[in-house]
Amino acid sequence: MRRVACLLLVLLATFAGIASAEEEGLRLAPAPVNRLDAESLQRGARNFVNYCLTCHSAQYMRYNRLTDLGLTEAEITDNLMFATDKIGETMTVALTPANGKAWFGNPPPDLTVEARIRGRDWLYNYLLGFYRDEKTATGWNNLVFPNVGMPNVLWQLSGGNKLVSTEYEDHEKATAAAIAVKGLSMVEPLKDHKYAMLRVAPDVAGTMTRTEYDTFVTDLVNYMDYMAEPVRNKRIHLGIVVLLFLGVLFTFAYALKREYWKDLH
Amino acid sequence: MSKVMTWIDERFPLTALWNSQWGKYVAPKNFNFWYYFGSLAAFVLVLQIITGIWLTMNYKPDATKAFESIEYIMRDVQWGWLIRYMHSVGASMFFVVVYLHMFRGLMYGSYRKPRELTWIFGCLIYLALMAEAFFGYLLPWGQMSYWGAQVIVNLFSTIPVIGDDLSLWIRGDYTISDITLNRFFAFHVAALPLVLIGLVAAHLMALHETGSNNPDGVEIKKQPKDPATGLPLDGIYSHPYYTVKDIVGVIVFLAVFSIVVFFLPDMGGYFLEANNFMPADPLKTPPEIAPVWYFTPYYAMLRAVPSFLETQVWGVIVMGAAVLIFFVLPWLDRGAVKSIRYRGRLYKSFLAAFVVAFLILGYLGTVPVTAWGQFADGFPFYAADRATVVSRVLTIVYFLFFVLMPWYTARDRTKPQPTRVRWQ
Repeated sequence: MRRVACLLLVLLATFAGIASAEEEGLRLAPAPVNRLDAESLQRGARNFVNYCLTCHSAQYMRYNRLTDLGLTEAEITDNLMFATDKIGETMTVALTPANGKAWFGNPPPDLTVEARIRGRDWLYNYLLGFYRDEKTATGWNNLVFPNVGMPNVLWQLSGGNKLVSTEYEDHEKATAAAIAVKGLSMVEPLKDHKYAMLRVAPDVAGTMTRTEYDTFVTDLVNYMDYMAEPVRNKRIHLGIVVLLFLGVLFTFAYALKREYWKDLH
Repeated sequence: MSKVMTWIDERFPLTALWNSQWGKYVAPKNFNFWYYFGSLAAFVLVLQIITGIWLTMNYKPDATKAFESIEYIMRDVQWGWLIRYMHSVGASMFFVVVYLHMFRGLMYGSYRKPRELTWIFGCLIYLALMAEAFFGYLLPWGQMSYWGAQVIVNLFSTIPVIGDDLSLWIRGDYTISDITLNRFFAFHVAALPLVLIGLVAAHLMALHETGSNNPDGVEIKKQPKDPATGLPLDGIYSHPYYTVKDIVGVIVFLAVFSIVVFFLPDMGGYFLEANNFMPADPLKTPPEIAPVWYFTPYYAMLRAVPSFLETQVWGVIVMGAAVLIFFVLPWLDRGAVKSIRYRGRLYKSFLAAFVVAFLILGYLGTVPVTAWGQFADGFPFYAADRATVVSRVLTIVYFLFFVLMPWYTARDRTKPQPTRVRWQ
């Protein structure tokens, strides 16, 4: 019986491995976020309300929930809200879906739970993945989200990027080069079994240095990850307490079982 | 206390009921690890009913408010997040527990005479559970809820002649809509739970009538009685022995359950799919529609069966047959012994092949058919995608386990079954 159980475990592990090895071509850098860094989350909240919350709503997120991040209601009202909003309200915007569709092709999506849909790594790389492209309506394109309708609204901070494409004779060499980038990159098949490795590279300076901009994006993604599930830190903390309690309960329950069963022969 | 009990027992057979169903129910003493999953399934059912009631207090079955009300529960309702995660993780854990419980039945021949009705009630519970899970999955009104329901209801429209009208009747509309959401809500919170509770009661009463099987397949009711206790030689009272043992099982289960609820509530997209955090959009079909993991073995079969005579109904028939074939299992098995401990190589090999086929089909149902690439030109199969060909082969393996059972169980070289259980 043990052998059957072992076999099943091995099989499951194999499939878990296969499942995570999918998604070819695009390589995302891991988002360097820290869910316990309150300052990063506060800066991220500021970045979000200043730069995102004009087109994108977060209609399930209440302003006063930001007290989770160590802010007082007065700080929230003074720094993070428009004068017309009330502290118990959710983060809505004046942009109507109809206008959004007319201006951008698609209405900008609500961002409350975007981090649960896309994942934090995707968001982080997306915000770093814009490059100049004359063929699109906005003049910008994105390596993570090709032909995205959203313009590169942060370009004044980040400066401009260009797309760099390097040709390699086979898939292996292109992949090795992609790994060497240690960041966002993509391997794409070309004609004649050749492969291109694509990455974005800065060409115009912005008001921030690249390191500053990277921190800006990290904070923003950290905040969006929090906003998608505000209870997460509490949930993890409570989980440890619950497991400790169950551990104690187990020792008593197991001792009770032993005590009863010792009479049986 | 005893005065109160006497008063009740003179008017209602409470003590008799307790004794017949649990208190004086005599069970074999050699239950092993696999025998926890029955009581755990009952425990999860209670958990789902209780968390479900509390979710219903704040959920709104309305196409314009359903998605929002889930986020409201997750954010603004006191402990709403915990109740919701317990319910969504509980749904998946219900299937984990039930699949392991069914596997136990297969291993030890628990479905065989005289327990055929216990098995059939169990199969009906499995069917009702699938329906319950399907109706419930529409309620969050996310993209996967919506399009998953669309795909499943469309399966009915492949049935010749009546198909289109039938799926229209199920939906109550030309597409999945607010009307569909309301009726699925009614089925999920009222109709199916009633059916499930009734079936579970029947399952338990039938079991307590015949007595439990055990890992050795020994019928303890046929054993001589122990002169000291008056019980069969290998029998013990469920209470207190299995009461205290099952409490340990429940605590271990709760630990596993808590690890998922508190640390991995979406289980990497297997318990809560990422796309379901996008509100349902009838105009935007997602690129990949994948059901939740517990349906994926059948979904893989559905996709693997090719259309024939200009209809897709064959895949639906195969999928339905794959579930319904469990019902006839008691009459397919002609083995001389019940338990895998005394079966020969043939049965063990077929069971292993069946389990492997079920698991790989389950995996293939979660990925696109292109996941394993394509065969080179000229490969002698009628499908290009490797995953499709593998799914077809495994679907055949799945059915061969049942169809060939009368042959291989009768032919198998079994070992003699002992008269006493092996214990410690």
